[in-house]
Amino acid sequence: MADLTRLTLAEARDGLKSKSFSATELTKAHLSAIEAANASLNAYVLVTPDHALAQAKAADARIAKGDARALEGLPLGNKDLFCTEGIRTTACSKILDDFKPTYESTVGANLWNAGAVMLGKLNNDEFAMGSSNETSAFGPVVSPWRRRGKTDKLVPGGSSGGSSAAVAAGLCLAATATDTGGSIRQPAALTGTVGIKPTYGRCSRWGIVAFASSLDQAGPIAKTVRDAAIMLGSMASHDPKDTTSVDAPVPDYEAALAKGVKGLRVGVPKEYRVEGMSKEIDALWTTGIEWLKAAGATIHDISLPNTKYALPAYYIVAPAEASSNLARYDGVRYGLRVPGRDVIDTYENTRAAGFGKEVRRRILIGTYVLSAGYYDAYYLKAQKVRTLIKRDFDNAWSDVDVVLTPTTPSPAFAFGEKTGDPLAMYLEDIFTVTVNMAGLPGISVPAGLSSEGTPLGLQLIGKPFDEGTLFRAAQAIEDAAGRITVPEAWWTSATSGAAKKTTGGK
Amino acid sequence: MQNSANTSGKSNLIPGATGDWEVVIGMEVHAQVASASKLFSGSSTGFGAEPNSHVSLVDAAMPGMLPVINKECVAQAIRTGLGIKAAINLKSVFDRKNYFYPDLPQGYQISQYKQPIVGEGEIEIDVDGEAKRVGIERLHLEQDAGKSIHDQSPEFSFVDLNRSGVALMEIVSKPDLRSSKEAQAYVTKLRTILRYLGTCDGDMEKGNLRADVNVSVRKPGAALGTRCEIKNVNSIRFIGQAIEVEARRQIDIIEDGGKIDQETRLFDPGRGETRSMRSKEEAHDYRYFPDPDLLPLEFEQAYVDDLKQHLPELPDEKRARFVKDYGLSVYDATVLVAERENAAYFEDVAKGRDGKTAANWVINELFGRLNKEGLDIAQSPVSSAQLGGLVDLITSGTISGKIAKDLFEIVWTEGGDPAAIVEARGMKQVTDTGAIEKAVDDIIAANPDKVEQAKAKPSMLGWFVGQVMKSTGGKANPAAVNDILKKKLGIA
Repeated sequence: MADLTRLTLAEARDGLKSKSFSATELTKAHLSAIEAANASLNAYVLVTPDHALAQAKAADARIAKGDARALEGLPLGNKDLFCTEGIRTTACSKILDDFKPTYESTVGANLWNAGAVMLGKLNNDEFAMGSSNETSAFGPVVSPWRRRGKTDKLVPGGSSGGSSAAVAAGLCLAATATDTGGSIRQPAALTGTVGIKPTYGRCSRWGIVAFASSLDQAGPIAKTVRDAAIMLGSMASHDPKDTTSVDAPVPDYEAALAKGVKGLRVGVPKEYRVEGMSKEIDALWTTGIEWLKAAGATIHDISLPNTKYALPAYYIVAPAEASSNLARYDGVRYGLRVPGRDVIDTYENTRAAGFGKEVRRRILIGTYVLSAGYYDAYYLKAQKVRTLIKRDFDNAWSDVDVVLTPTTPSPAFAFGEKTGDPLAMYLEDIFTVTVNMAGLPGISVPAGLSSEGTPLGLQLIGKPFDEGTLFRAAQAIEDAAGRITVPEAWWTSATSGAAKKTTGGK
Repeated sequence: MQNSANTSGKSNLIPGATGDWEVVIGMEVHAQVASASKLFSGSSTGFGAEPNSHVSLVDAAMPGMLPVINKECVAQAIRTGLGIKAAINLKSVFDRKNYFYPDLPQGYQISQYKQPIVGEGEIEIDVDGEAKRVGIERLHLEQDAGKSIHDQSPEFSFVDLNRSGVALMEIVSKPDLRSSKEAQAYVTKLRTILRYLGTCDGDMEKGNLRADVNVSVRKPGAALGTRCEIKNVNSIRFIGQAIEVEARRQIDIIEDGGKIDQETRLFDPGRGETRSMRSKEEAHDYRYFPDPDLLPLEFEQAYVDDLKQHLPELPDEKRARFVKDYGLSVYDATVLVAERENAAYFEDVAKGRDGKTAANWVINELFGRLNKEGLDIAQSPVSSAQLGGLVDLITSGTISGKIAKDLFEIVWTEGGDPAAIVEARGMKQVTDTGAIEKAVDDIIAANPDKVEQAKAKPSMLGWFVGQVMKSTGGKANPAAVNDILKKKLGIA
């Protein structure tokens, strides 16, 4: 049998349907791949083989009865920000200790109700705060990608670094992820995977550990645009338990892919040509424009004048909300408790021991910007910027249907390269945060390799709830660029005798 | 400052060494919304349950949980706003008030800060027969906290989250009150309105209605003084006491050349004093900001209009109607409308009967007896139908007022239909003039000396009436007795 972990989600779905293999075989293949890889990549913080095999068995029974659902028997990874019933959920923070929720996130429940199999919980930056997965309490995730001829460990992006690495390395067919300022799209770009942050309100936030409530949104990281479309179709729903989720039908995203981009109006915002952007990113952008033009789209120069304020405003709004959202981790009801002389001392001990440095930094920033006397100058002004950014896009939508930009200003970087300089790390989000600030959908699609042989992504931004158009445009880029896969499964050779060469790609 | 013109009458002033002082009071009343479930979760609001038995995942602030507004609580807040003649804001915003405390699981209270659901309104109060309008600044919805319990273990404090997330209405008055009496009247009236509306049960013992009292003093006509806030006063009596002692404390400080520090204080009823809880410098910075988990609360005017249409009659309207329709005095009407159940009882008795007689029996006999026995109207052994039957017997002349009191006692202790009791026990008034004449003749014959006296002094008639009533066992119709006696004794 061919290596089942190299299949796309859509291919695996078809294979299960044609009974070329069983859900149990498919699941076992992935569990073996995780076992061989996780010591090197650290993508999973918890593997749940018994749980996965039980789900796979049930899926096989349904397939046998001809009763398969949309994701029947397809093994997925679940970011550790999603609460899982009876299964440890930590947001990759020490403060949650061995917290086992009594409930399943709505997005998770949607996936399992569609028949999907959960392989385990995926690593991420602590509370989703980071762009390299280096802030995780479980240690960093190593990207399956290496610079050509080098062995330096590269970051898989963040905060959904476990998701991006696992998908790129074939440790799951697709994965859940969350995006507050770029945490789906940036890791997707750095690992040659597809990641979409849907419109705010498209997926329920219920049961997902909150970072910044007005920006957080769940979405998939997948191997192909089609896979991402299939995933989002099952993840999205209106949820009465999340009043910010939207009561609108979920379109058939997969069906939209065939529609092509003929006549699609693509906007290219001049403000995204930022200083210090690498030449190859610039070139990639131009290539993307040419591909879409060749596929029948029209290209339009547009202006999004308030773009430059997005990043600073984001780093006020997100920490402000985080400082409040993380107040519940106080050692009183669940998670870590480090006792002290009195309740204040217990709070201080618990939170000092439980939160990592980056989380503490953001709580401090957030507390500061909400303080009496600073609120108007920071938080209120940042909210005004947000309104202006939204208005920029609203104006653009009269001329264009989608906006094309690079996903990141530079290719994947090495471990430790930016950890000493938080501002350099924050700049990773420069092209992605505007989308969260405006509540819009954004997708990152692999578009080529850097001179060092690492993946680069392009971002498409769409109108609210127009994910279908994003998938169409992303498909056109994927068709032109071809799939970008990791050249060599170096990570298994180090730890496992059953090293498999999974070459391919370009 | 806007109310500096709103000064009190001379009688409200407090004498000090340097002359009279005026106390200025504003109230923040926290009223628990009457609703089956909490403000943002489906947990029960039932009182007296086992600790932590009414706690949902949301109430315990588990990771990833989100609040969902309880529509009934919104409707209750709107009803209350309408009941205090206030502006209803069709758009309001929930904010987070951030602070750490073990009985506050989220680490913030969801409240309304800059844009409350209800704006300015007013309440009319009565103090010593004088009506006064008290301005309402705002009403907003917020979550209650849980309860910390410190007396169960030598090492630990315990937390009960049953109350955590229960909906409260914070009703803020303008600083329009000028005496402890006015403050008490205000809370009493507010409580009455809430109970009429059914939006809060007003049970202060259970903590379902609590007041923070802002007190300052000034010389009459002067600018407002520095205020102190007395937190969580939980009875109407304590509200009066707390204001009295706090005003006196402030006057003494100022007259001794000191100045008032703005601070939060607690009232200690045992010691009859207020003491400092925290100073302005120690005040929390609550870092209010709009709760990003909740969209702004918006509804249509039509929704408000619909609620308004179904609003029950309120105490002021009911009082006016009682005066107009039943010919009651304002005083009697005020007594009757203080509790909706009392007013309803009265109306049952008064329907189709003489309103004044009904009011007299309800207030003097029934309420008097209920008070004495410590019962409320729902526990009354005499139903409105029974009392109505009793009033009918009086009105028809079947029994005298005196007999009616005996009858009331029988119905109170033994129950039964008043008419049947009167019939069975021969309590009917004797209106047969022949029988009364016979009794009168007997008395006159037996007391010739008194007859002579009566001719000289007509007020002696009373003695004869008494004798006749005595000989007829109190059943003779007093009017008939009077008429016959006058005729026979030759008194004009």
